[in-house]
This record gives sequence, structure tokens and C-alpha cells, in this order.
Amino acid sequence: MKYVLLFVEPEQYAADLAAMDQPDRDRAFMLVGQWFMENADKVRGGSKLRPPDTATTVRMDGDGDPVVLDGPFVEGKEVVSGYTEVEAADLDEVLAIVKTWPGCPVVEIRPLES
Amino acid sequence: MDGNGEGVGAGASHAELARVVREHAGRLAVSLMHVTGDFGTAEDLVQDAVVTALRRWPTEGIPERPDAWLFTVARNRGLDVVRRESNYRSKLAQVQWPVQPEPDERLRLIFTCCHPALPRPAQIALTLRVVCGLTTAQIARAFVVPETTVAQRITRAKRKIADAGIPYRIPDPDELNPRLGEVLAVIYLLLNEGYLPTAERAESRDLVDDADWLATLLHHLMPTEPEVAGLLALIRLHRARIDARFDPDGGLVLLEHQDRSRWNHQAIADAAQLVAHAARQRKPGPYQLQAAIVACHAEAEDWADTDWEQILLLYDMLMHLAPSPITRLHRAVALRYTAGPRAALDELDTLADALDRYHLYHATRAELLRALGHPHQARAADERALALTANPAEQALLQHRISWT
Repeated sequence: MKYVLLFVEPEQYAADLAAMDQPDRDRAFMLVGQWFMENADKVRGGSKLRPPDTATTVRMDGDGDPVVLDGPFVEGKEVVSGYTEVEAADLDEVLAIVKTWPGCPVVEIRPLES
Repeated sequence: MDGNGEGVGAGASHAELARVVREHAGRLAVSLMHVTGDFGTAEDLVQDAVVTALRRWPTEGIPERPDAWLFTVARNRGLDVVRRESNYRSKLAQVQWPVQPEPDERLRLIFTCCHPALPRPAQIALTLRVVCGLTTAQIARAFVVPETTVAQRITRAKRKIADAGIPYRIPDPDELNPRLGEVLAVIYLLLNEGYLPTAERAESRDLVDDADWLATLLHHLMPTEPEVAGLLALIRLHRARIDARFDPDGGLVLLEHQDRSRWNHQAIADAAQLVAHAARQRKPGPYQLQAAIVACHAEAEDWADTDWEQILLLYDMLMHLAPSPITRLHRAVALRYTAGPRAALDELDTLADALDRYHLYHATRAELLRALGHPHQARAADERALALTANPAEQALLQHRISWT
């Protein structure tokens, strides 16, 4: 089955990361890189996202023409900061690798259709 | 049906029907999983067979081979349901009962029903339906919720099992402890839910009996897990004293005033031995500790004979392993008998914020205030407790205390 992992960063996490000195930040990124290498057999792609202040949202649910808005569709203290697609036998396999994720503290697992 | 013959005559009691269904529902589910490979389909067919049995057995009698009877109903129904899928159909048409005898695979079923990716109410409803063979209506009555609510929980849970890929298997060893914790939490909730029967529930299913049955099954399937033994002992200790908890008018009798000759002392001794045996593994856990505490009470000759020092020690261990305000509240009661009511009341004061909405917090405070010679404050605390409980037996007890003390 295919799943998408949505990596979620609380504001505090982003702030902590920004406040780190370079060696600590390098180490944090290295751990994440290692995780991707260890799980290379399941990972099918994905990417880190640019911050939410770069987001643009188009709303087509009004009466008139589509409306283009600055910012993410949902404003919150927790933002999706990246995603990756994985392929695994079942949810338990995904849970097992997600529990070892060394990056942001919240990960949402969503099964893909079909 | 199909020459299975008739077993027990017509007119079997509800309890007997429930017992027979429960004995076979989980095994039927396992067999259907084996044939169809689809949890949702298997679950539907089990429910259908159970409902059919409960409709027909009261007049036709319980068949001699209830397992084969249930399977035949489920298979015929399955052939109906999957008419369009010929592959499925021919597979189903060919299978004979029993599909696959031992080993008992109900453990896989239990772990799937209690998967942590499902919300607790759905875990409970699924376990009761597919492992214990309760109908949706029985579950709704037992939990005093609308039947549609239970049906929705089941439907959503089954959809999630299929769509999110929740597996049908026993968790890997490194995942077993937390996953077993989910299963035990479900059984423990059944015990709590059945602990105080309410008027609405008087005629409904005895969930403590289901908790006992599930814990017994789990203990049989995982005999070396000390927490499983602990929970089973806890349930048995509770049941051994259940008759003494109510007076002839249905009023609640507190432990202190119970007639201990009405306890089942053999069952208490067996359960105490079960938890002592589990403790030898030196892997203490919340259920073993709770059972050990209850065993201390159950083995005391009378209230005055209670080994409060030991109970306090066990509560300290429990607080260490699973700290919670409720556990601290219970610990404070033991503290009353080792360090006095003043120390217990001081301890309670630290819980004021956490337990302000919990009736037993105020009822315990009332007892301590009374012991310290503050009857007016005690009455106010009892009144607060009364306002917070919906249970008629507890309400009656508190009302009595407010009026007479």
C-alpha cells in the first residue's frame, strides 16, 4: 500500500531549529538524511516544502471568480513542512518507520487512494 | 438446518444463548477471515449469523453443533453478498466446516480490533461484536448510547481497517507491549463500565462477564504475560465480592461495611495466587499492582485487619509506574489509615484542581472532614459529590449520608 507522510512542524520546532548553531543544525539534518537512507526501500519520493509564508491559496468555493489569497489554506501553529510517499505492506510497517523519524515532532500518515 | 440436529431445547435463557454465541463468534470470524481475507466482510457475516441465531435459537433450540450452524448461515449469507464476485463465490462455496482447526488464531483478531489507529470506542465496539459476538443493539444498550452511534463507529472502523491497511496479525515482539496495553485497556474499560449497574442497564448485558471471558481467553493465549494475569486477577477479585456490594434493596454497601462471609473466598484465593504467580516474573505493571491492592483488601478478615502499610506501598509503586490523580486519591485513603485523616486531607487538597469534577474526590473529602470533626464542611462535600454522580446507587448512598450524619 502507498501512503503519504505529512511532516508537521509546530512553530516552536521551527524556532528551535533556527536558533541552533551550525554544527547542531548540521547534525539534525544528518539524522534526517540517515533516516531516508535507512528506509530507502520504502521511500518513493517527496520533498521539504518552503515555509507557509510562501504559500498561495486559490479559493473556488465562492459565488464569483476564483479568489487568489496569500498564505496557506489553514492558518495554524502547526504547519506541514514536507511530505514523502512511502510504500509498505501495511500500516504497522509505516508506523514502525515513522516512530524512528528524527525530524519534526508530528507526522500524519495518509493512505493514498487506489 | 442442514441436518445439524437440535441440541438444547427451545426456551434457552438469554444468558445461555449469549454464552454459546460468545464461545463461537471469534472462531467463526477467524475462519471467515481465512476464507475471505477481508476483515470487513468477515465481521459483517459474523454479525449476520449472530443476529440470525439469536432470532431462531430461542424457538428452535440451540443446535448440537452451534459452530457448524453459525458457519453455514454465514457462508450462505456470504454467497448472497458476494454474488457478483465469482472468484470469491466459488472459494466460499467450496469450504467446509471446520475451516482450520487449532491453533487458536483469535489473538490476531483481538489485536486488529484493538489497533491503536482506531479510536477507543471503536476498539471496544469491534471487540465486543467480532470477538464476543454481541449484536450492535446489545452494545448500544450496555453503553446507553443510540444504536446508530454504535453502527457508525463499526462502519468507520472497518473502513479505516481496509483503507489505511491496518493488518490482521499479531504485532512484532518490539511492538507487543504497547499493543497489548491497548487490548488490556479495552478489557479494563468493560470492567469499569460494568462495575456499577444503572437502572437503564439492569436488564442489559453484563459487561464484567465479557471482560472476564476476554481476559481468560487472552490469558490462555498469552500465558506468560504478567499484566494479562494481573488484569484477569483484578476482574476475578471484583466478581468474587460482587454479591456483597449491594444490600437486599439494591443499595450500595461500601467495602468497610460489607458482609465478608458473602464473598467467594475460594475465588479470592485463586485470584490472589494468580497475581502472586505473575509477580514472580518481576515485571510489575499497573494491572498486577491494582490486583495486588484489591487482594490485600479481599484477604483481610475485616476492615480493621486490612494491611494498610502494604497497600500504601503498592500505591506508591503504582504512582511510580502510572501516575494519575485518581491513583493519588486512592492512595490518600490508605494514607488515612497509616498517617491519619489530617495527612490524607492535605494530600487531597493538592488534587483539588485535577479532580474537582470527580464525585469520589468530594465523597472521600467528606469522610475525612467528618473524621476530623467538621460535619458542616463534610455535608457540603457530600452534596458536591451528589451533584456530580448520575449513578442511582451512589446517589442513594450519598443522600443517606447527607441526611443522617
